[in-house]
Amino acid sequence: MWKRDESVKPAAPPAPTPAAPVTPAVSVPAASSERRTQTLQGENVNIGKSVVIKGELSGSEDLTIEGNVEGRIELKENILTIGPNGKIRAEVFAKAVIVLGEVTGNVTASEKVDIRDNGSVDGDITSPRVAIAEGAHFRGSVDMQRAGAKPAAAKPAAAPAAAAPAAAASPTAAPPAQTQKVGA
Amino acid sequence: MADSARTMTDWLGFLGNRRAAEPAPAAVTPSTKPELSHPTKSLQKFLRLQAGQDNPVLLDLGPVVGSNVTFFGEQLGCRIRVEDVASDIEAHIKKDITDQLPAFFRSRFVQAPGSVDGILCWDALDYLDRNAAQALAASLTNLLRPEGALLGFFSTTESRNAVYTKYVVVDHQHLRYRPYPASRPRQRALLTGDIIRMFKGLRVSDSFLMKSNVREMLFRKNPAP
Repeated sequence: MWKRDESVKPAAPPAPTPAAPVTPAVSVPAASSERRTQTLQGENVNIGKSVVIKGELSGSEDLTIEGNVEGRIELKENILTIGPNGKIRAEVFAKAVIVLGEVTGNVTASEKVDIRDNGSVDGDITSPRVAIAEGAHFRGSVDMQRAGAKPAAAKPAAAPAAAAPAAAASPTAAPPAQTQKVGA
Repeated sequence: MADSARTMTDWLGFLGNRRAAEPAPAAVTPSTKPELSHPTKSLQKFLRLQAGQDNPVLLDLGPVVGSNVTFFGEQLGCRIRVEDVASDIEAHIKKDITDQLPAFFRSRFVQAPGSVDGILCWDALDYLDRNAAQALAASLTNLLRPEGALLGFFSTTESRNAVYTKYVVVDHQHLRYRPYPASRPRQRALLTGDIIRMFKGLRVSDSFLMKSNVREMLFRKNPAP
């Protein structure tokens, strides 16, 4: 009886899920070499582990760096990914920067800087959004000032009132309200 | 045949449902114990003071906590610099040169005097002996701009646990205390009078004794003469 049940189920939904992410626009079956050339010609370019670049690197494609770069990297409209093997000693300017390797130098992104677990940044970050994962290393300053910095002034004053009922309802807010005020 | 099998399954659907539902209770009861969050009274006051500034400059003396950086950045649109004092203390302990900590803290910070709007000192002073704590307090006082704010936590009980604490901001009124290993425990519980004397040049704006045995103190720098 159970077997019958199982035999019916898989026919419908689960089958496509593992295969789904690799479907390329090209009609040919997804051979890995094919995919690599596609990414090279189209969206994303890789700089391999053994590559060392000294100087200025700029472009208009998303870029993943696994090698060493010293100097300056400028991808103002694109995403720069520093892979786990990537080592950068450079000033970095990009739309978004994802760091899984090591960066020494200032990082400026117009959208987001994301330092992932084991990623390392030694330098100042300027970006409207910054995410630093738990195991990441970061030393420097983060400048998240936005063009419209006005809501910042209103938020903290308004938010506590809103946060209070939410916190009371929250299961994590364990210890009850408390405290005696000592100072003036 | 397949149709009849499906019909049977539909008929006995309640069995199928029970079977499908079995994993659900396991998913509801998470294996990881949720961390407790502790109320904080001083954080929202600190934020309120910073909110009056355009793009304030903050100095965070704790270890890097990504969510804190995001929180302060988003709330204040600030420039935040993380200077992990605990790692400095650890380095000195490991090299057995803790006697050099006072001199180290006198020249530790590169920021210009009076250039910082807010300092998140957390509980850094608890891990220092009197001279080093005094040196650090003096440096921090020097960094603050007039009317700038400093948030400090001070343990009110002695502890032999060799742990530092990461203070993770949950929201304006709650923090998570996340301990991590240290080479030595807190040095001693400072008396309120000692703390106030240490921060000569600052005045106590608020002081809260929390049930977690932490005294939260918010200091403001005196206005420029």
